[in-house]
Amino acid sequence: MYAFDFEKPGSIADAVAALKDEDAQALGGGQTLIPTLKQRLAMPSKLVSLTGISEMQGVCKADDGAVCIGGATPHAVVAAEAAGDYPALAELAAHIGDPAVRNRGTIGGSLANNDPAACYPAAALGSGATIVTNAREIAADDYFQGMFTTALDEGEIVTEVRFPVPEKAAYMKFEQPASRFALVGVFVAKYADGVRVAVTGASESGVFRWSEAEAALSSNFSAGALDGLSVPADGMISDLHGSGAYRAHLVAVMTRRAVDAAG
Amino acid sequence: MPKDHGIGASPKRREDVRFLTGAGNYTDDINIYGQAYVHFLRSDVAHGKINSVDTSAAEGMPGVVRIFTGADFEGVGGLPCGWQVTDRHGEPMQEPAHPVLAQGKVRHVGDPIAAVVADTPEQARDAAEAIEVDIEELPAVVDMKAALQDGAPKVHDDLKNNLCYDWGFVEENKAAVEEAFGKAAHVTTLELVNNRLIANPMEPRVAVGDYSRATDESTLYTTSQNPHVIRLLMGAFVLGIPEHKLRVVAPDVGGGFGTKIFHYAEEAFCTFAARQLARPVKWTASRSEAFMSDAHGRDHVTKIELALDADNNFTALRTETYANMGAYLSTFAPSVPTWLHGTLMAGNYKTPLIYVNVKAVFTNTVPVDAYRGAGRPEATYQLERVIDKAARELGVDPVELRRQNFVTEFPYATPVAVEYDTGDYNATMDKLLEMIDREGFDARAEESKKRGKLRGLGVNCYIEACGIAPSNLVGQLGARAGLYESATVRVNATGSISVMTGSHSHGQGHETAFPQVIAEMLGIDESMVDIVHGDTANTPMGMGTYGSRSLAVGGSAMVRATEKIINKAKKIAAHLLEASEADIELKDGAFSVAGTDKSVAWGDVTLAAYVPHNYPLEEIEPGLEETAFYDPSNFTYPAGAYACEVELDPDTGRVTIERFAAADDFGNVVNPMIVTGQVHGGLAQGIGQALLEGAAYDENGQLLTGSYMDYAMPRAEDVPFFQVDHSCQTPCTHNPLGVKGCGEAGAIGSPPAVVNAVVDALQRAGKDVTHIDMPLSPSRVWAAMNG
Ligand SMILES: Cc1cc2nc3c(=O)[nH]c(=O)nc-3n(C[C@H](O)[C@H](O)[C@H](O)COP(=O)(O)OP(=O)(O)OC[C@H]3O[C@@H](n4cnc5c(N)ncnc54)[C@H](O)[C@@H]3O)c2cc1C
Repeated sequence: MYAFDFEKPGSIADAVAALKDEDAQALGGGQTLIPTLKQRLAMPSKLVSLTGISEMQGVCKADDGAVCIGGATPHAVVAAEAAGDYPALAELAAHIGDPAVRNRGTIGGSLANNDPAACYPAAALGSGATIVTNAREIAADDYFQGMFTTALDEGEIVTEVRFPVPEKAAYMKFEQPASRFALVGVFVAKYADGVRVAVTGASESGVFRWSEAEAALSSNFSAGALDGLSVPADGMISDLHGSGAYRAHLVAVMTRRAVDAAG
Repeated sequence: MPKDHGIGASPKRREDVRFLTGAGNYTDDINIYGQAYVHFLRSDVAHGKINSVDTSAAEGMPGVVRIFTGADFEGVGGLPCGWQVTDRHGEPMQEPAHPVLAQGKVRHVGDPIAAVVADTPEQARDAAEAIEVDIEELPAVVDMKAALQDGAPKVHDDLKNNLCYDWGFVEENKAAVEEAFGKAAHVTTLELVNNRLIANPMEPRVAVGDYSRATDESTLYTTSQNPHVIRLLMGAFVLGIPEHKLRVVAPDVGGGFGTKIFHYAEEAFCTFAARQLARPVKWTASRSEAFMSDAHGRDHVTKIELALDADNNFTALRTETYANMGAYLSTFAPSVPTWLHGTLMAGNYKTPLIYVNVKAVFTNTVPVDAYRGAGRPEATYQLERVIDKAARELGVDPVELRRQNFVTEFPYATPVAVEYDTGDYNATMDKLLEMIDREGFDARAEESKKRGKLRGLGVNCYIEACGIAPSNLVGQLGARAGLYESATVRVNATGSISVMTGSHSHGQGHETAFPQVIAEMLGIDESMVDIVHGDTANTPMGMGTYGSRSLAVGGSAMVRATEKIINKAKKIAAHLLEASEADIELKDGAFSVAGTDKSVAWGDVTLAAYVPHNYPLEEIEPGLEETAFYDPSNFTYPAGAYACEVELDPDTGRVTIERFAAADDFGNVVNPMIVTGQVHGGLAQGIGQALLEGAAYDENGQLLTGSYMDYAMPRAEDVPFFQVDHSCQTPCTHNPLGVKGCGEAGAIGSPPAVVNAVVDALQRAGKDVTHIDMPLSPSRVWAAMNG
């Protein structure tokens, strides 16, 4: 890695200020950024660690019932503390990477990075979550803008993520054999006003909502309602680990399984 | 009652105390005062002409000591190849030069172009980025068959083409084999790929070169399975340093699996640069470098044909294999697809006529060489797959088809030049069937079906040649080295023993198992024996650890040296007891006069040897230390039968291994726990090859699997609780311990079991799938089912 300065502010305001320097970059759990630095693929002048900001830590419940997760909360904490209020979300967090990754990696880092194979983007989009930053609130539908691309501006920090709690939900992840990220992951959530289905791992445009499945499930929340539905292989990622056709097939399989698991 | 000490007991591995508590001494733990660090600038194109390497900007960077390029190695030898294969027409293989740093051309992604030595690793890397390299990219050859086409780009301009050799074995049998195929009642044909693997030992490679101006002595600390071989190859062929001025130390080594046998450019570089700079020079591979510079394994493309008569007897076997050598010949690369592969094509069967053709091909990829099993997994896989396919085509039980064709009389001379000394293939098959509950399979399959899953059972046999190898024989076959082993047994004055061995231990447990043998022979406690290995300065010449040879060859040398010790100790005891040497017996650590109660303890005899006051000085020398070299008279032939039961998710193509059983015949077993562990590790690697692992290049020669994001390693959750048995024992007839070797069996025997099981599951479900190439990833299985 190249040399850089390091700051660990104690408040969001100080972090925002620290990030104003040219080429300064936020550091969450470092599970994506540190390997990138080791390979010398990034050259920040300064890393601003967000892990010392207590207002960005932990899981709590808002008055409207939403589960609110601090932007610097590690996956392992979400797995433990969201288990009661939002079990599908906790389950998802519990199956990210390995223990080291879960104890360092953060929800804010995952959502800021928006890896097309990451798990959290499916939960956020599938739950219609609100991504709260130091500057504004962004609806998940507006937040994800393609592989590794989000609505975040330069220096903007994800401080909190608010998840409305559904009646039923489940995440089904089919692991890529090497990385064990999602080759295809589907998050299904049933709310009073309809069902949301978000798919990660599959598309060249990153996480997306499968609107046909949502419509079918909104009128009949059962795997059978998905009969005959499929996503086109066009635009699906095709690589060493699976063709576009295979991924498109898995989207349908994982969606059914998620509906079954949601019960 | 299991024994609690000596041969056959399972004491815990004493080396694990340091391995598991962070107290090991690995090469990267070695830091020498004043050491500098080297960073290699490696090619990022697969094939290209080097127009210029401009180091001027980099030279002035902070901390830079010196920058080396290919030009600095013009007067230095290249990396040698240790085995010369002669082709079908009696011509020697084409053998290209392999410079330490690239000269003129780069030939694979990762080929080192320049080496920056600096005060810190970061400074070396910074300066490497400032080197300006002008490379004119050339079209790359990646596919072996394409590489052999007329007009294909040549990896080495000074060779005729990309064909290293075209080997026929046994060439004289070719016509007879063809005739047998003409008369066959049934012929089964299978085309398959044995996937390219990257060994991925937990510890990446490291080298530290040191040089003393005072003594003109060079020392190389390196992650090697065979320090003496490195000393020989590097000293004699690359750097011109005689043995007495070159010490090679391989301290604790964190796994080798074959890829740490070979002599690598980085070792020669660090030794060379340390002399040039009179300063220690250290290199530690990153994992990314390991992927593109450690020799890869396997990578064969094969067509195999099996001829049977009307009674289902195998009458002939014919294979044609393309074997990838990569861009250069790694140390033992030419021997792997030939002598370690062709000679095993008879398998456990009495097929009378066999012809093996192997075309070794240069491509713009990382060199390929031995990896756990080396040639024998490739032989086993194709043979056991084609037999399974034949059984299916003929509608016969695959177990019975195998049994019918088993070799049952020993010694047995195969038509492919080797002689099996002992074996009992029905015994291991019987044991296997006992272990796997074949009768219960249908019920288990039914239960799987209820959950929407398919179940399949695959069975296969294997045989391998270990205990490598008789030197005079391998010499005739093209080896440029002998393959004996050595040991010095040094009995100290108080009776404790240090055994200096040429065998290297990098996870195998020699430090525990070898003392069990000595303790058994002398009737003393194992704790009195220590094994010294890994340093050419204090061990006798040895050829190292690979080919499951250490106990069979190194252990035999140790037995011979211990026999010499016993002979001499008896003379001393006879003197002390005032008896005739012929009447002296050694039992339970004491020497006694037969038929009397007169005896003298082991420690009294050893003390007398070093304090020879009352001692037959006119007859024998003081001291008690003996050396023996052991050159085996034959290979050993471990064999066994394996079974795998899989469950397959037809919706996703995902295969899980539900049961795996291995019945092995390793001859005598010194430490059953260690043997079980060796089999477990081998099985995990074989299952890794079958389901997960596979190195892939794109058509431009870029390595697509250059990290764990894309190269799938097996994890604990990918393997079941193994059933392992080694109670079937037909002892080797020609080494003193009757042992055969167990290190590679698991990796050799398991891939066909897995693939046979998956094909079985699909066939039972009515799918017309007869073969899927490894790794059987979910996407490949799904594609085959829906293809
Ligand atoms: C071995 C391994 C396995 C993994 N497996 C999975 C998996 O199965 N599923 C999965 O989803 N992920 C997986 N990951 C990724 C993991 O979840 C990471 O934690 C995550 O991608 C990044 O989070 P982080 O906190 O480590 O971010 P960092 O690496 O610190 O940062 C990543 C990026 O986000 C920015 N950033 C960090 N925090 C914030 C913030 N609060 N606001 C704005 N920007 C921010 C950084 O500047 C950087 O650009 C795996 C990672 C590893 C190493």
